[in-house]
Amino acid sequence: MNTSAKPTGKTSIKTYREAINDALRQEMRRDPTVIIIGEEVSGGAGTQGQDDAYGGVFGVTKGLMPEFGRERVIDTPISESAIIGAASGAANNGLRPVAELMFMDFIGVCFDQIFNQAAKFHYMFGGKSKTPMVIRGTVGAGWRAGPQHSNMLHPVLTHMPGLKVVMPSNAYDAKGLMVQAIRDNDPVMFLEHKVMYDTTCEVPDELYTIPFGEASFVREGTDVTIVAISNMVPRAIAAADELAKSGISCDVIDPRTVSPLDDEAILESVAITGRLVIVDEAHERCSLAADISSIVAEKGFYSLKAPIRKVTAPHTPVPFAPGLEDAYIPSVDRIIEAVKDVLGA
Amino acid sequence: MPYQTEFLLRVYRTMKTIREFEERCIKEFENGNIPGFVHVSNGQEAVAVAACIELSDKDIIGSTHRGHGHSLAKGCDVGGMMKEIMGRATGVCKGKGGSMHIADMDKGMIGANAIVGGGPPLCNGAALASKTLGTKDIALSFSGDGSANQGTVLESLNFAVVLKLPHVFIFENNGYGEGTGVDYALGCKSLTERNAAFGMPSEHVNGNDFFAIYDACQRAIKHARDGKGPSAIEAETVRFDGHFVGDPQLYRGKDEIKLARKNRDCLKLFRERVTTEKWLTNDQLDAVDGEVMLLIEKSVQEALAAPHPDPATDLLADVYSSVY
Repeated sequence: MNTSAKPTGKTSIKTYREAINDALRQEMRRDPTVIIIGEEVSGGAGTQGQDDAYGGVFGVTKGLMPEFGRERVIDTPISESAIIGAASGAANNGLRPVAELMFMDFIGVCFDQIFNQAAKFHYMFGGKSKTPMVIRGTVGAGWRAGPQHSNMLHPVLTHMPGLKVVMPSNAYDAKGLMVQAIRDNDPVMFLEHKVMYDTTCEVPDELYTIPFGEASFVREGTDVTIVAISNMVPRAIAAADELAKSGISCDVIDPRTVSPLDDEAILESVAITGRLVIVDEAHERCSLAADISSIVAEKGFYSLKAPIRKVTAPHTPVPFAPGLEDAYIPSVDRIIEAVKDVLGA
Repeated sequence: MPYQTEFLLRVYRTMKTIREFEERCIKEFENGNIPGFVHVSNGQEAVAVAACIELSDKDIIGSTHRGHGHSLAKGCDVGGMMKEIMGRATGVCKGKGGSMHIADMDKGMIGANAIVGGGPPLCNGAALASKTLGTKDIALSFSGDGSANQGTVLESLNFAVVLKLPHVFIFENNGYGEGTGVDYALGCKSLTERNAAFGMPSEHVNGNDFFAIYDACQRAIKHARDGKGPSAIEAETVRFDGHFVGDPQLYRGKDEIKLARKNRDCLKLFRERVTTEKWLTNDQLDAVDGEVMLLIEKSVQEALAAPHPDPATDLLADVYSSVY
């Protein structure tokens, strides 16, 4: 359902990292209430060395402090509850903060400020309180970062009413979704997959938004629907390309945001293909894959020609050893096998 | 006379309103008119009023689960509060929050907080907004002696100093975190000294003496407004009731509450002071008492008659403020 007008101006090849940086910079120029707050978002505060030493540990906010100053690009102590609390309190009072959690795994020490505070304000205070903030962080395995720096966590966040959860799978979507996230009036969790930072595509130089809850049809096909998110999208595409060689046509859908979720797009596709494979890097239990599977079983049951297949990570922490981590992450081969399975091939 | 008559009457009226509001909440809870559970702040009125009376609607306060007094002191509507606590559709939060989750952004009240230690990080944010936007508005958070040991509060104290935020941290030390004594739960000798160790001005005051707290708060508020950063005040006060209404309070000492009501009642102490100094007469104060009783009675009757939220329209409303 790509109903939004696409930008028409000049484009350039940008990385996922640069696309997010672009969105932040252009929105900060446009709107003086946008601030960035977090650990090392600039870096070098209180040291004898360079300012802007990091620009975020993944370099996403590099160069923003020199342009906007430490008043708007705020390095903080390592105090995640204080960071998220300050961002939401500031959002209640006229700012549009973009708070960085660095690794989304660190949500464990500040989750109260997210799900019990920011997410609930609008509802529990009778619709008067607004919390327009973005919480950015990196997710996912593949960096040999071990059990405490590699989680996905979107199922936990999607479970919470009041939060919106955004998971871009490419640089183009990352920019448009970040601009939308900043302008949105609710708390938005913006999950950047760490293995995607150096991936590139054509990205418009101008500002544009991608509405939440509108899936992207990344491959059109008629035999099997593959729903994939975040870093699983390129793997689903690779699987679809491989399967095409043997005459199997896959419809690949990237929901782009998982809360809200474009379930209509998925149901429309399943109505045509009758077969569904869901690829999710989170653990299977109570995951997005399980959620989509239940939606389709409930609302699209009579379209189905075969049982739904889920391709997910196992119910284990993310292991460190490269061989184990590679086995943990859903692979192109596992997606191909699942597609063949639902086709009875 | 160091204070205007009008000011003193306003102080007394607000403290008395909180007292009677709380006493009535106890009664209405026992009558079955308040769902859930209620934490009342009778005994602690002087702290709430002294901290809030000079704040504008643009200054922000963040409160606690024991927050009725703070909300009333900040100007939240008595009737709207009573309706909210009874879960009515016309309550200040449309019946979605209840006693522990009252907020009124129009009055600069960003929220009571049912999570102990939840408020100070948010007040840092309000202070950050003021600093970034260049207003002179300040934030003031209330914490209890129990929440003083929460990581969120300790993080917030340091964070406020590092970012030099206009934030006044008020610690209401009523001697108890639920049913555990402050001397047990506080690992150091003095909360005031610990607050000072974060690198901010820190005062200890008698929280039953309105004038003592008022003076300390004005110093702290000025410090924040002048852009000098945060400060902390520990107000030693007393909780006349239990942790929650219905708490058997087995942890209390013999005659402890009786003696506190006799010797440490901030309303009595205020009345004694202003009449001894001849700033106000007993007649003037009695007249306020009469007005307040009528106000509270009216708020209860109106709340009991107010409509309940309609599940058909209200259950799903206001989860998101923009399109979902």
